[in-house]
Amino acid sequence: MSSPFPKLGLRAWIVVLLLVILAAAFILSLTLGSVRIPPEQVWRILTGGEPDKASWADVIFKFRLPKAITALLVGAALSAAGLQMQTLFRNPLADPFILGVSSGASLGVALVILGTGAGSASAFIAGLNTFGDLSLALAASLGAGTVLGAVLLVSRRVQNTVTLLILGLMFGYLTNAVVSLLIYFSQPERVQVFSLWASGSFGGVTWNQMRVFAPVAVAGLFIGFVMIKPLNALLLGDDYARSLGLNVRRARFWIILSASILAGVSTAFCGPIWFIGVAVPHVARTLLNTADHRALLPASMLMGASFALVADVIAQSPGSQYVLPLNVVMSLFGVPVILWVILRQRQLRFS
Amino acid sequence: MLTTSSLTIGYRRRPIASDLDLELRPAEMVCLIGPNGAGKSTLLRTLAGMQEPLSGKVRLGGADLFSIPALELAKQLAVVLTGRVEAGNLSAYALVALGRHPYTDWLGRLTPRDEEAVRRAMQLTDCEALAARPIHELSDGERQKVMIARALAQILPSPSLGEGSGVRDTVLLLDEPTAFLDLPRRVELLQLLKRLSRETNCAVLLSTHDLDLALRIADKLWLLSSSGELHIGLPEELALNGALARVFQSEGVEFDHARGAFKVHQPVCGPISLHGEKDGVATAWTWRALERIGYEVHNNGVRHPVHVDVLDAHHWRLTTPEGQSDHPTIASLLAALRQ
Repeated sequence: MSSPFPKLGLRAWIVVLLLVILAAAFILSLTLGSVRIPPEQVWRILTGGEPDKASWADVIFKFRLPKAITALLVGAALSAAGLQMQTLFRNPLADPFILGVSSGASLGVALVILGTGAGSASAFIAGLNTFGDLSLALAASLGAGTVLGAVLLVSRRVQNTVTLLILGLMFGYLTNAVVSLLIYFSQPERVQVFSLWASGSFGGVTWNQMRVFAPVAVAGLFIGFVMIKPLNALLLGDDYARSLGLNVRRARFWIILSASILAGVSTAFCGPIWFIGVAVPHVARTLLNTADHRALLPASMLMGASFALVADVIAQSPGSQYVLPLNVVMSLFGVPVILWVILRQRQLRFS
Repeated sequence: MLTTSSLTIGYRRRPIASDLDLELRPAEMVCLIGPNGAGKSTLLRTLAGMQEPLSGKVRLGGADLFSIPALELAKQLAVVLTGRVEAGNLSAYALVALGRHPYTDWLGRLTPRDEEAVRRAMQLTDCEALAARPIHELSDGERQKVMIARALAQILPSPSLGEGSGVRDTVLLLDEPTAFLDLPRRVELLQLLKRLSRETNCAVLLSTHDLDLALRIADKLWLLSSSGELHIGLPEELALNGALARVFQSEGVEFDHARGAFKVHQPVCGPISLHGEKDGVATAWTWRALERIGYEVHNNGVRHPVHVDVLDAHHWRLTTPEGQSDHPTIASLLAALRQ
């Protein structure tokens, strides 16, 4: 006799399937690029062997490997953060940046690129190339961190979640206005640099920066895992969650901390990456047909990581010298895929 | 047992009711009734520990409700709130399983004991058949049962702890669980809650606007008036001592003691007497028809100048000072009276 009670949680075969897809996307991103390096050569390089062409080892170790790891982490981070925000705010359109974290990062970067001194643009850009990457990441981190701190401070006082949402939105408008103002009064070359940052890229993270980026992202994801159970309780709304014995204010604090760390660190090192955070959780919900975060969080992370890797491969336009802006690629190729997945199920439901 | 002593509820600027000494016993179903805005929800929220009282104490099993750690309280007291829960494509089973939140590990995994409690809660509320259905597909009645199952799963002891040991007091508070349901579903739900209170030894308190059903099914009524007075008693007692009539009279409705129901119609057409088989069905419905068009109906045997004789279910005789007429239907009788 079959039990009328369904099994809860994530099935093992789905985890395996998602891991296989992720591994394939990872290998693909190491293989493809301006030069194609065959998978077996990639394997030889990674295991310490000598490739057919010596320059390939450099390509893999200096560029493609850090870029792939970055894409993997950012994809997982933004998907997890998006899922958290959608559940916390009970809003299907919520994304990781809804509380203004990326606006804060943008402001930090805009101040560095557009606001510093009146020196010639070319000298400034030359300066950027030498040690500027780090200064951009630093500025973005400071901006994101400031907003994060403000939001957390407010979240401890505000009882109502919607108030928090509105405050976040207002803060976003405010910082965007300042950024627009800075752009308005800047030289075109500097604006170009800023818009390059704003179009997003996984390629800017060096091994040195990885030492900061990876642990912070992993820490954010770890908090996310600890908050799975509170997120499930919050599915029923604040009142029910409280009646289940959950300290809603504390849970909200940690969820926002986790999501803001994830969104903040991603934006700081890669620029604002749109789309993943809002779309991937919906795809996970639709494909797994559940609202249980024990299944959704790991599945969203794995799907988001694969999606980011594939999007990056497409942005590199393999075999050509062109590199397309990441945000453009994500929207152009991602929107049809996601519309297809979601409309096929004929329902856009959120948790 | 949930008790309160000199409890004052409400908001800082607007106390709603004060000096409440209440008692909610195991295996008892109490209906909280009263006009809109009297503060039924506020009282429920205060008893559930979701809102601090202005003064006084709420005690659960002897301990101050507001000093019981949240997770411990959750194991003893569960709520069903008004308002639809939008939980996307959560299955009914997954929703009920959320009730085990206070018992599960950091990831919320169900142990076999938790699973047993969830299944038992669904069996007790007759919603096993809904287990695999997503809750957004359920009807209002089915959904309400699932929400009750969830609350029940939250307070059912783990089977290992020795069931029905009677050590733990459990309380189920429901805010207008019968809203949005049709009459059969309302009756079914109230009967279900009463059965649950007996079978699980749990104290059940629910607020409702279904006065008629509450009078028939509740073990006890808490009647909250707009002025903040709370009357407690058996349904029949509150009807007999006039408390029901008083509370609702101020709201512009009159309570008919003899029939245990509200008078809906204000008589405007003057008195009329009705004569026929005393307990006859035809007589009863003729009464309602006459009342509906605005007559003050008497049937104590005294013949008024205007009177109606119910001869049988197809034959009415109307006598007025102007003369007599026979009518084959109630419609024709009413038409003659209207002229």
